Amino acid sequence: MIKAMVMTGHGINCDRETREILEYAGFESEIVHINDLISKKKKFSDFSLIVFAGGFSYGDDLGSGKAFAAMIKNNLWDELIEFKNNGGLVIGICNGFQIMNHLGLFGEKLGERISALLHNESARYICKWVDLKINTNSNCIFTKGIETLRVPIAHGEGKFYATDSVLDELEKNNQIVSTYVENPNGALRDIAGICDVSGKFFGLMPHPERAAFFHNLPEFHKLKEKLKRDGEKIPYDADGIKIFRNAFNYLKNNN
Amino acid sequence: MVQRIEIQLKIDDARSKIIKKEINEEFSNLINNVVVSDVYTLDKDISKDNFEKIKELISNPICERISFENDCDFGLDFDFALEVGFLPGVTDNVANTASQVLKDALGVEIPVYSSKIYYLSGDLTLDNVKQMGEFLSNTLIQRNHIKSYDEFKSNNNTMEKIVPKVNLDDNKKPLVVEIISASDDELIEIGKKGILDVESGERRGPLALDLESMKTIQTYFKDVKNRNPFDIELEALAQTWSEHCKHTIFAAKIDDVQDGLYKGYIKRATNDIRKMLGEDDFCVSVFTDNSGVIKFDDDYLISDKAETHNSPSALDPFGGAITGIVGVNRDTIGVGMGAMPVINGYGFCVADPKSKPELYRGLNKTNPALSPEKIMKGVIAGVNEGGNCSGIPTIQGFMNFHEDFRGKPLVFVRTVGLMPKEVCSVDSTKKKAIPGDLVVVVGGRVGKDGIHGATFSSEAMDSGSPATAVQIGDPITQKKVSDVIIKEARDLGLYTSITDNGAGGISCSVAEMATECGGCEVDLEKVPLKYPGMSAWETWISESQERMTLSIPEKNWKQFNDLMESRGVEAVVIGKFTDSGLCVVKQDGVEIMNVELSFLHDGQPKKELKTIFNKKTFDEPSLDNVKINKSLVEISGKLNICSIEFVNRQYDHEVGSGSILKPISGVGEIISDSSVTRPILTSKKAIGVSQSLFPRYGDIDPYNMASCAIDSSVKNLVCVGVPFGKIALMDNFCWCSSDEIERLGQLKRAVEGCYDYAVAYKAPFISGKDSMYNDFKGYDKDNNPVKISAPPTLLISSIGVMDDYEKSVSSEIKFEGDLVYVIGETKNELGGSEFYSYLGEKETGKSYIGNNVPSVDFDVNSLTYKKITELIDKKLIASSMPVNFGGLGVAFMKMTVGGNLGLDVDLSNVSKVCDLCDVTTLYSESSGRIVISINPNDKEEFEKILSGVQFNEIGKVVSNKVLNIKGRVQEASIKIVDLETKYKETLGGY
Repeated sequence: MIKAMVMTGHGINCDRETREILEYAGFESEIVHINDLISKKKKFSDFSLIVFAGGFSYGDDLGSGKAFAAMIKNNLWDELIEFKNNGGLVIGICNGFQIMNHLGLFGEKLGERISALLHNESARYICKWVDLKINTNSNCIFTKGIETLRVPIAHGEGKFYATDSVLDELEKNNQIVSTYVENPNGALRDIAGICDVSGKFFGLMPHPERAAFFHNLPEFHKLKEKLKRDGEKIPYDADGIKIFRNAFNYLKNNN
Repeated sequence: MVQRIEIQLKIDDARSKIIKKEINEEFSNLINNVVVSDVYTLDKDISKDNFEKIKELISNPICERISFENDCDFGLDFDFALEVGFLPGVTDNVANTASQVLKDALGVEIPVYSSKIYYLSGDLTLDNVKQMGEFLSNTLIQRNHIKSYDEFKSNNNTMEKIVPKVNLDDNKKPLVVEIISASDDELIEIGKKGILDVESGERRGPLALDLESMKTIQTYFKDVKNRNPFDIELEALAQTWSEHCKHTIFAAKIDDVQDGLYKGYIKRATNDIRKMLGEDDFCVSVFTDNSGVIKFDDDYLISDKAETHNSPSALDPFGGAITGIVGVNRDTIGVGMGAMPVINGYGFCVADPKSKPELYRGLNKTNPALSPEKIMKGVIAGVNEGGNCSGIPTIQGFMNFHEDFRGKPLVFVRTVGLMPKEVCSVDSTKKKAIPGDLVVVVGGRVGKDGIHGATFSSEAMDSGSPATAVQIGDPITQKKVSDVIIKEARDLGLYTSITDNGAGGISCSVAEMATECGGCEVDLEKVPLKYPGMSAWETWISESQERMTLSIPEKNWKQFNDLMESRGVEAVVIGKFTDSGLCVVKQDGVEIMNVELSFLHDGQPKKELKTIFNKKTFDEPSLDNVKINKSLVEISGKLNICSIEFVNRQYDHEVGSGSILKPISGVGEIISDSSVTRPILTSKKAIGVSQSLFPRYGDIDPYNMASCAIDSSVKNLVCVGVPFGKIALMDNFCWCSSDEIERLGQLKRAVEGCYDYAVAYKAPFISGKDSMYNDFKGYDKDNNPVKISAPPTLLISSIGVMDDYEKSVSSEIKFEGDLVYVIGETKNELGGSEFYSYLGEKETGKSYIGNNVPSVDFDVNSLTYKKITELIDKKLIASSMPVNFGGLGVAFMKMTVGGNLGLDVDLSNVSKVCDLCDVTTLYSESSGRIVISINPNDKEEFEKILSGVQFNEIGKVVSNKVLNIKGRVQEASIKIVDLETKYKETLGGY
């Protein structure tokens, strides 16, 4: 039994479906309120995967993810470091990626911010399906065996930003895991998601949990009509589920 | 002391660029550069050391610079600094979050106020900047301060420190209002202008009670109570008896209809349908609760509710719309024992955003009405913030444009909820407060928000008084409340009843719940306040947002409160439910309200209304010069037909992972009339949601406006796969001048249509709402009085459950070679059509109306829809486009643009009964029609099933990207790209 935790509270809002999809991928998964972690009712160490799910923690009020990250820094930082040292996996999706950025989970020095997610170039929230190119040289555990991914984005602050030297470093280390085929938000070097050097901490702006099922695809109605005419069955899965299956399989094989 | 923290992006900032663009569009390129700073004003000192602790929590050093008490000069070059902050008492979500972060990091409560500084460069005068300040803010809720570069520098590189704290006098004592001996004139005055405030000598704002109601109250206090009422009692009666709460017009006897419009038509339709459906009745709880409830599957129910928030949105479009959407979310959280919001919907009726009417609420160009563009952008942004932050997919919506929405916009908001059939083994739709239960209020605190909003005027506001009319929703506070109630407390069985706080605040919610057990007793001083100094009556009727009222057995209180505390949600016991038959309110132990519940809820005198209806006739335009190719391209870009993709793109319609048929459909990204959502990810069942409205038809006959809206809202759902016969409806009447006999005549006509067609389609109304006075009264620039009445508008929303989402059908064409059919007869019905509107605007600058408004043959259409349901069930339809605004022409346009494929169609056979010219055939809006494409292999079976219904094979899908239309006389050949460009460019720039 491999346990996954979906963190919630203060405006995180993709917890319910993320939990469902983790279950579908094989995990035993639980939604845990950050206040229950702070009050020690729950512990990171009870889980093998932590998901910082999407949403609007604190309404993006101080800038996306800032306030939630501050809560973690103030109250749960040591526990999170311990979780990392014990080899746990973390994925941050959308608001979760923004939170991971503020926590500084991707650089050489843990806790030091190296990047930011700025307002989209249009200065507007965008909900749209995009195509991602996956860096197959990356050692990101979540994207093993995936080359492209069709997923929706839904964010107002998704423009990935870092200095040139940081971007070069990320590139050199193959930490740039996924890039947009058509850049929707002005992200530097088309970056949609990055991982830490171990490949165990992964964050991305798009929502793979919203692309787990075939019928979620915007082309669903045309595709299913084609399959029907070809006498084929309509599949249930779409590529987004692979992200979570990869994590599950890795943990299964490494425990 | 007061301290300031300023944060600024040190790299290229998209927000600043967009603001610069917007200012320059409005002020003819006066601005060279804008830099925006976020400012937090702290009303309590923190040390430099503590600042260092929080510095990196509230800013990101990678991209931002931060200054504390101007300790770091950003070295900006600019000409003017313009600061925009809130007025006292306005909800400041950013500041609240900042305060929480500071408290968590430093362990002390620090009051915070947020503001923004715009550093503007350009050849500017102070007047320019003042105007820009008004452009960038809403002076009803926000303040502007301006400094030139030199003033800023000499003020130690900063703006003034302003703390918009609410300062009120000590609470005013409850007032006894002399009404027993009051003359009729005085009663009228109180009802119209409000209670006379002894200290100020001013009246407090209208109670909206007419003389008859005032006299009823007078008699009650004289005969039953033997005393004069306290102010709070009159205010509470006014709230409870208001049009908003009691729907007096729909309840009144009207002409010879004793039961009135609601019971006599709307509710009767539902009752009759439920009887007809018998065992197939899918209604569960209708009209009795905050939302209507129908069956979903064996274990779950779904709720639906549509609301309007028109008047607040006219004053503050953003605040009005966000308050609307989070408010209707609460109608979901508060239905039965609580439902989880799973779908949001929106509808904005506004004037052309490019039009610039000059309207004022006051004489001499004072108190200007907001421009249609500002209203449009504001209401869109309000639902954006409210819906996106709440994590509810906003998957369905519409915009409707009409010049008469320029005075008052209509803002519709809608929420569908999901709830288990049973909670703790008990029917989840049944709730009942029990005598002895605690009255508990959960969520936000109470301020002066929304008190007598209707009478608000900016003159009444000074620097220390809170903005009372306008409320700004706080979706995150509400999200916390919603999560802990729906996902935790509900299923623990900790409460016996729940309802939301909307209009009338706790005065309505508590008194409403008190009817479940027979009484209540409230200790008003226990109600948590945003700031001290509120009077008792204000606390009782305030409409502050994000609050739910619950009844909780005393033994459960500790567990309930512990749970709330652990989720950061405030819960407070404010009294007890009783069986005394009374609504009793005390302040510090002194009784200030003691009114029989029966009088409070049923004491209002029933109105009797008279109506008159005369059908008007209009000029019939000539179609002689219309070319179908040119007109079809042009009409594709007409408001009401063109794409509103820019709205749907900024609303998260994917959250929840349940979206199947999305608001934007096909490779060509057309706007869907309906959506399909799977609310439970382990079930194949899905919810179809749609809506329809035809305000222009109402000019000719409101009966047809109603029948067509019902027909089309049903048809839209049938087309995507919701079975005919399983569709429920909601009615939202937005009327105008409802004190005029002619307007009431129109209303009655519409309501008659509602009954006839709901019954004919066996589509029950499960919930409804009305807003009866959508009129603007003011002046033009020359001080001429102006009254603009919004067109009487009936929105019909539809919802239904389909068994298998895999069978859902989208509207765009899909494969070359597919056969294309038109189902239904095309008649000479251009009256009130979008085509007439287009033609009139083109030829005279004003819409034509005409006379032949579409009429609905429900026998024919019922059969058609039944057959479509069968065809979809047998998977014989590849695409189905309901024919609505703009007739067949627009249907073809959307199908081709959506599929990015061409069509070859011959229209000469489409109208069999009526002999129509090509223009009428292409643009008539006759009801009951659908354009369908099918796999050629399915032709035989498809046609066999359709026997008995009029259908015409009109052509096929072709690979070249051209729409070829062959009529009897005219022919058109239009490139899809030209249609697409027109369809998308009209609103594409917003």
